[in-house]
Amino acid sequence: MSLTDLSAVELLDRLDARHVTSTEVVQAFLDRIERYDRRIGAFLRVDREAALDQAAAVDRKRQAGEALGRLGGLPVAIKDLLATQGEPTTCASRMLEDFRPPYDATVIARLKAADGVILGKTNMDEFAMGGSTENSAFRLTRNPWDTTRIPGGSSGGSAAAVAAAMAPLSVASDTGGSIRAPASWCGVVGLKPTYGRVSRYGLVAFASSLDQIGPLARTVEDAALLLEVLAGHDPRDSTSVDRPVPNYTSSVGRPLERLRLGIVPELFGDGLDAEVAAAVRVAVDVYRSLGATVQEVSLPHGKYAVATYYIIAPCEASSNLARYDGVHYGYRTDAQKAAARLEAERKALEQAGDRAGLDNLDTALVRMYRQTRSEAFGPEVKRRIMLGTYALSAGYYDAYYLKAMKVRRLVREDFDRAFEQVDLIAGPVTPMPAYPIGEKVNDPLAMYLCDVYTACTNLAGIAGLSIPCGFSSRGLPIGLHLQAPAFEEERLLRGAAMYQRATAWHTRRPSLDGE
Amino acid sequence: MPISHQQVTRVSLLGRLLLSEEETETMTAQLGQILTYMQLLDEVDTDQVEPMAHAVEVSDVFRGDQLAPSLARDLALANAPQHDGECYRVPAVLGDA
Repeated sequence: MSLTDLSAVELLDRLDARHVTSTEVVQAFLDRIERYDRRIGAFLRVDREAALDQAAAVDRKRQAGEALGRLGGLPVAIKDLLATQGEPTTCASRMLEDFRPPYDATVIARLKAADGVILGKTNMDEFAMGGSTENSAFRLTRNPWDTTRIPGGSSGGSAAAVAAAMAPLSVASDTGGSIRAPASWCGVVGLKPTYGRVSRYGLVAFASSLDQIGPLARTVEDAALLLEVLAGHDPRDSTSVDRPVPNYTSSVGRPLERLRLGIVPELFGDGLDAEVAAAVRVAVDVYRSLGATVQEVSLPHGKYAVATYYIIAPCEASSNLARYDGVHYGYRTDAQKAAARLEAERKALEQAGDRAGLDNLDTALVRMYRQTRSEAFGPEVKRRIMLGTYALSAGYYDAYYLKAMKVRRLVREDFDRAFEQVDLIAGPVTPMPAYPIGEKVNDPLAMYLCDVYTACTNLAGIAGLSIPCGFSSRGLPIGLHLQAPAFEEERLLRGAAMYQRATAWHTRRPSLDGE
Repeated sequence: MPISHQQVTRVSLLGRLLLSEEETETMTAQLGQILTYMQLLDEVDTDQVEPMAHAVEVSDVFRGDQLAPSLARDLALANAPQHDGECYRVPAVLGDA
């Protein structure tokens, strides 16, 4: 058995027992990246030297008998929207292609303090906007189970890296399903913590009231380990909540007794692929066999989640992305060319005697902003900026943004009521298994509708997790979605681990050597 | 159509984007389709509902009023497309420079 077949917890045991060194572990994953990532495309950058240096430093500490952090030399892949000091952090956008943050994100600092070794930065949809990673400005990421299909998004690189065993762990972000959907489509575990559980300081902002950082891993125990490192209060993020972080790794092995599992009949209606529905129902039966009582609950506003989410998220995005002005950091258009073009337009208007046109002509500064942003943002980012700007503009605010914020509360109240009756809610993560590359690129609404089961978790601010629960007839992974009340990650992980112990889906690996 | 070509052009200015004629066409059609879908929310009665702006409804998080080092100027300028060592440089804002 090679090192890359082992889970993070198994690797850590061998590291602690000094059966292997961090250098050997990191080298094994780097070799695997070297061998397979040309085909998968999970990483945007891998810094071999830096990773091996970090690993060697951890090995020296261990050799010297110094106390080590929780990750003890384990390698971690990072979604390329978490600021790493002095290292490119691109958000898979031309806008930030050359951006090197002057500081580390809090989660990066925590990883380093925990003696985690950063392998590299993973691909994603530009600014985390998308569900397939096809919106990356730099490369396509392929699903390790079927390289003609998408890995999901926006954390597609992270999920593909973990699924292909090019990293045992990855840190990503989830705004409307961006951890859980790719986890489901790539057959790994992905957890979106409660809003406020993990600091967002140094996370490039997409939709600030919805964004949350969380772990991807191949097992529930590994996700618990990584969450324990990531979670906690941070004075630099005033929305991070100051409450103790439970010891997830020590409790994850204890099954939930007298578990009340909720299922939502509305979620099994039209639009859900029959194989996904069947796999989820069988998973619910597994819980029954483990002693859980299964109870129907209603989330009557769930069907409004996509419409609500795709108003709120673009509104926040249009505001957050206003910072990309070609002045402070990031891309700027060629100012001389922009000025020459503006001058040509002015002359044309003068010749035509178009006074109104002349009055409305951009100033040089405004034109620089517009030209810069139009050259550096991809189509989906532009679409979200347009959507959000429109929904927030005079005359439309009440009809869209205010309305969506009110429906958001109703979504949250649905969950409050449901969790009075049940401990966890189970359901599908995505409406179908991974679809072919290119299938939805020209149909943004179809892409948005894939978030139907995941976006409500973010709207409500609660915790959600995807765990492998089967395969389609084509051999594509299917995920089970578990949701828990705010700050009940411990319950979520224990509930997922009891399912994982009773099943073997998480032990299957994609075959990467064929073809 | 819930959004017109003219509105898309207007919003592109507000959003500081410059869309080609072709992009404007596509954007008008796609935004139209998306906004039509959003009319689904019209059927929800929200008259008595307080808007929810945030998942954790905290307010007034203060820190102590203490001096602490902040980002050094050279670091703050390091990623700027154009700077003169002290300030960011932008095209002239006033007049016809």
